[in-house]
Amino acid sequence: MAKQATREAYGRTLEKLGAERDFFVLDADLSCSTNTKFFADKYPERFFNCGIAESNMISVAAGMAASGTPVFASSFAMFATGRAFEQVRNSVGYPHLNVKIAASHSGVTVGEDGATHQCCEDIALMRTVPGMTVLSPADSAETEWAVRAALDIDGPVYIRLGRYACEQVSDTASGNEVGKGRVLCDGSDIAIFATGLLVPEALEARAVLADMGVSAAVIDIHTIKPIDTSLICHYARRCSCGIITAEEHSVIGGLGSAVCEAVCGELPCRVIRVGINDCFGTSAPAGELLKYYGLNAEGILAAVSILRQR
Amino acid sequence: MNIKLLEEKARDIRIGAINAVHAARSGHPGGSLSSADLLAYLYFYRMRGIDPSNPENPGRDRFVLSKGHCAPGLYACLAERGFFPREELLTLRHLGSRLQGHPDMKGVPGVDMSTGSLGQGVSAACGMACAAKAKGEKYRVYTLLGDGECEEGQVWEAAMFAAHYKLDNLIAFIDFNGYQIDGSVTEVMNPTPIDEKFAAFGWYTAVADGHDFSSIDAAVEKALTVKGCPTAIVLRTVKGRGVSFMENNYKWHGKAPNDAEYEQAIKDLEGGDR
Repeated sequence: MAKQATREAYGRTLEKLGAERDFFVLDADLSCSTNTKFFADKYPERFFNCGIAESNMISVAAGMAASGTPVFASSFAMFATGRAFEQVRNSVGYPHLNVKIAASHSGVTVGEDGATHQCCEDIALMRTVPGMTVLSPADSAETEWAVRAALDIDGPVYIRLGRYACEQVSDTASGNEVGKGRVLCDGSDIAIFATGLLVPEALEARAVLADMGVSAAVIDIHTIKPIDTSLICHYARRCSCGIITAEEHSVIGGLGSAVCEAVCGELPCRVIRVGINDCFGTSAPAGELLKYYGLNAEGILAAVSILRQR
Repeated sequence: MNIKLLEEKARDIRIGAINAVHAARSGHPGGSLSSADLLAYLYFYRMRGIDPSNPENPGRDRFVLSKGHCAPGLYACLAERGFFPREELLTLRHLGSRLQGHPDMKGVPGVDMSTGSLGQGVSAACGMACAAKAKGEKYRVYTLLGDGECEEGQVWEAAMFAAHYKLDNLIAFIDFNGYQIDGSVTEVMNPTPIDEKFAAFGWYTAVADGHDFSSIDAAVEKALTVKGCPTAIVLRTVKGRGVSFMENNYKWHGKAPNDAEYEQAIKDLEGGDR
């Protein structure tokens, strides 16, 4: 399957959904980057560009949703969840309104724009808002599923999207369910919980491990909140070596933290977190950055060897 | 417009707000008192489709208290209007009460938007007005900002948005009582001239006496004829209006009266006809 960025799948899904469902779409002068432009071109009467004013955009979305119509509000992850965090919390989260914050350009694969635009904190921020569902799709099929699922949820949803054209895990996400991890491969020695573009990397790492005689399970965690505690604990019990988490996000507050929180109340288990290690990003082409930060199969394998060194 | 009735309602709103703040031993009396006349005007005369038996009536006019800290005034108004019993005002800010320190739309019937963090309510009001226009709904949206609130940058993002999308179904009132928590607005961070700023952003603007129903009504009647842009009405008001020792004293922005002060406040409000 051809590579495609999740932001593009988002734009195409909105365009398709526009014919089926009633909702508004807002953007903050980034419609060509978030790809809400596809919807805007087709349904201009339901699209509102808010200009470079993300705080206002999120509260406007709240007012629209309070009037009875769901809203998708898009910008870069940095601005939608960072700059407008308090609007997300107070205007959207507190009244539990039907606003779907779909943010592109998450993580370091923003690339050349550098640290100011590479948001590795969005999952952490959105996870702390009570009642917020946090979705982090891995590929195009899962993005379409996430957008549709978000519209079916009565309340706020964060959808994490990326700029980088990524490998496709599958041409369908038909079995997906919000709050349930997607077991891509079973295994008994190590469980790799991955999200976003680290999912195909986890599958690649698994193949290498299989050649080494190590049995690794790969689970796509497309829903980071609510986290699938029972599935995580199932694998924590089953896999004697422990757990790896892999995400294009800070190891503080993201998938790795969510998995640790899920497991620590149930049983002792070693967890090694692959992610951005408490640092800011830097400018470079996205592919180079993934290697530089170890956000790939090699990085996951390095974490596996730490796990097995005991 | 029955001015005598509105005067009575405004007095009852003030008394209700003071009762609530006194019972809570905290809260914001100053701005609740300065905005009581506007609330009486909106809820007992101007707004259409207000129905305590059907608070979510889809066609109703909306009100967003962008200066959410004046919740005691709004709650007292909603209680007077029949959305919940007056006695409930005494539960303000108590554990288990739906009358939170700042308005919670999910908990309190009649509250159209959760507010409290300044600058956000006016944006939400823009969203409501924009949605109404996009869907061909006829309801109007009213919002009330504080003068100090106009120091928030988001207010001006919203001002740009409302003018850009020609939200002529939106009227923003500014409770220009001249004081914020730390003192006079011109000394803390001068937001004036507020009306000229809104005008520069493309709004129709007017100035009215916020304690004179005829003056408020004249400004609103004119605003309702304006097409193609939103309206901002700056209301000249007195902070703490109606309670002698609270008037024009910023120290009563966010402080509850003690028992003796409470007695005096109620005496002032019941005795006065202002």
